[in-house]
Amino acid sequence: MTESPPPVVEMRGISLAFPGVKALQDVDFRLFPGEVHALMGENGAGKSTLIKTLTGVHRPDAGEVVLAGENVAFSSPGEAQHAGISTVYQEVNLCANLTVAENILLGREPRRLGGIDFPAMRRRAAEVLARIGVHIDPASSLSEHPIAVQQLVAIARAIAVDCSVLVLDEPTSSLDAGEVAELFRIMRVLRDEGVAILFVSHFLDQVYEISDRMTVLRNGALVGEHLTADVDRRSLIAQMIGRDLGTLEAIEDAAEKRKPGGPALVQAEGLGKRGAIEPFDLDIRAGEVVGLAGLLGSGRTELARLLFGADRADSGRLLVDGTPLRLRGPRSAIAAGIAFSSEDRKGEGLVADLSIRDNLVLAMQAARGWTRPLSRRTKDQLVEKYLKALDIRPANPDALVRTLSGGNQQKVLLARWLVTEPRLLILDEPTRGIDVGAKAQIQQLVTTLAAEGTAILFISAELEEVVRIADRIVVLRDRRKIAELDGSVTGVDEVVELIAGGAAPEKVVS
Amino acid sequence: MKNRLLWPLLALVALLLLNLAVTPSFFALRMQDGHLYGGLVDVLKNGAPTLLIALGMTLVIATRGIDLSVGAVAAIAGAVTCVHIGTSGSAGTAFAGMAIALVLCAVLGLWNGFLVAGLGIQPIIATLVLMTAGRGVAMLVTEGQIVTVNNTAYRQVGAGFVVLPISILIALLVLGLVAFATRRTALGMLIEAVGVNPEASRLAGVRSRTIIWTVYVFAAVCAGIAGLMISSNVSAADANNAGLWIEMDAILAVVIGGTSLAGGRYSLTGTLLGALIIQTLTTTVYTIGVAPEVTLVFKAVVVIVVCLVQAPKARAALSFRKVAVSS
Repeated sequence: MTESPPPVVEMRGISLAFPGVKALQDVDFRLFPGEVHALMGENGAGKSTLIKTLTGVHRPDAGEVVLAGENVAFSSPGEAQHAGISTVYQEVNLCANLTVAENILLGREPRRLGGIDFPAMRRRAAEVLARIGVHIDPASSLSEHPIAVQQLVAIARAIAVDCSVLVLDEPTSSLDAGEVAELFRIMRVLRDEGVAILFVSHFLDQVYEISDRMTVLRNGALVGEHLTADVDRRSLIAQMIGRDLGTLEAIEDAAEKRKPGGPALVQAEGLGKRGAIEPFDLDIRAGEVVGLAGLLGSGRTELARLLFGADRADSGRLLVDGTPLRLRGPRSAIAAGIAFSSEDRKGEGLVADLSIRDNLVLAMQAARGWTRPLSRRTKDQLVEKYLKALDIRPANPDALVRTLSGGNQQKVLLARWLVTEPRLLILDEPTRGIDVGAKAQIQQLVTTLAAEGTAILFISAELEEVVRIADRIVVLRDRRKIAELDGSVTGVDEVVELIAGGAAPEKVVS
Repeated sequence: MKNRLLWPLLALVALLLLNLAVTPSFFALRMQDGHLYGGLVDVLKNGAPTLLIALGMTLVIATRGIDLSVGAVAAIAGAVTCVHIGTSGSAGTAFAGMAIALVLCAVLGLWNGFLVAGLGIQPIIATLVLMTAGRGVAMLVTEGQIVTVNNTAYRQVGAGFVVLPISILIALLVLGLVAFATRRTALGMLIEAVGVNPEASRLAGVRSRTIIWTVYVFAAVCAGIAGLMISSNVSAADANNAGLWIEMDAILAVVIGGTSLAGGRYSLTGTLLGALIIQTLTTTVYTIGVAPEVTLVFKAVVVIVVCLVQAPKARAALSFRKVAVSS
């Protein structure tokens, strides 16, 4: 790629501080027309902040933003969009109660006779959807569709206007492989039309597949800008975290050395719920990591929720230490030593407007009841211990969880459960949407916990991760448990085949 | 948090100073027969029912709810007590009547809690049921009449003195109890957690339903006590007018005090300030002699100003101007 066309976006010397945190320090960034530019960095490296500075959500304390040769200072995302910068944020930011068409054209509805021209709106929405190959009824309510489809609707919304810059902040985190391929096809089309695409993803494979150029940030500062072809993975990761992949290899070794035995800690016998997951059997022993593999919508989360009592099973039973346990809700599961860290951090996990301290002690305090408050000293000790152990930043117990980056939020959620010292820890997508460094820390933590005797049910869409970390892998397809494999002798390919292949035999290896 | 309370505090001080300018003796306190009298005491005494109801409302709002039925519940409390007392002058009958009334209020709170937490009806709709039906119940109890009583013991609640008016002491006692129960135990944090994210709280093992249920019962009992004060002050139960629109004053007090209607973090001190602002405002209208026909407009203007200076957008605009000037 030559640098002959001038950059469409140029940010120079951008600095921005939040109370107590320097989010960005003197960062330069260039974006050229007709390229896919990946923005790389750990959690809290400043990727989202830089994007929000570009799109007018934040105003930089210092530095300038140049768009198509002109100095600009957007005071709202609306202004940025008007200037041709469209954004799809990490979390789906749509109105679930409106229709798909209304979401796509919200704020720019076709008008007729002073009212909204609904037929025209549906037509235009359908055109945009067709352009990205999504075939859903524009008149249907957005909430009827799964998160993955909602994500595509968000992208449709972004490209429904003429934009010279398209910002995609973690667009692929809730998409399956087919949907990702589809998205990339669309990105290439848009790129060839001359759109500059800024892309953030924690999936290195995807970054290498789609991007032409990348900018690496660390701790709010610029590390470097490279053509993707010039950097190999190892040096990229080294730039992002200043460490090599040795940590990851150590995790794999640990998984191979662990040989948990003994009776089952938690046992599901024909547990199931109509419309969610078909009855399944599952044993989990103390000190064992059981991985759950399957595509989006295969019933991974549903299975976990039954074990935790978040949803009520309508068949089968659950035994803990060989004794049947009637799960009336999360409280009884927690009392039995089961903890569940939800994949939906924002919706079902954290209490965003409370402090790190309150979020950390919430589960333990709830279990004690309101009449027996934890003393200030106990709280401070717990908080200090876990802030340090999980390397949560900022290490300020009074910081509101809302202000933390995704990876740090995930760590807070994990810490909340670790405080309760669970016997079975269910982790639903604990590494989704977080960077390589935090990912390695969380995987490390899982192996450490297992070595200490905690049973762990590990759910992840990233099969490599599941295979690397799990002693046993349970494979789900179409809301059914189809196989159980020995993790130490199984490769990713075998799991993929099971998930994909319709004719794979029922295979159980203990 | 301190910053959040600054504006309500300034508004209150400004209102009090306005009163002082118009009535130089406004801050004067005098003892007479062992009773404390003065402009400030009047503000507190008249504001006691609103403060009580606003305290209950604060906790309800913190759970993302709202309780519109408190005015009707206050009317029911007064009606039940007065009808029970009838022509009796004995203290025992008065206390029995009040006890019955408060238990009944707790039951009404259970009903609200059942609709909200049990059936999952939106709070504004759920409590609207009792807001409208409650007045009817009070009418039934009083058989459509204004019931007057002549009972010294009962009169003490709203009009009695122990140096300070007893109603002030009751309101402050309840304020102290709530502050203790929510900030010294974990209740406050759990209420806020439920208000910010009910589903996450449930999955963390918080008894969200029980907590929501509890705050509605508490709000109803607070309303009941306020209703006793209102009725006792005039020794009569007026099913139609006792506590009329007091829910609006209470909600306003909570909002002025900086607690968001979206639920979550709340401030009892803020609510205290809010209730005092509203009552001082009413007093001010009389002391500075605002014409009756513009009274509501005057109140509205003050409330709008107080709410505006608290709004994040208005403040951002103010601070933006400051930045622009300095740069």
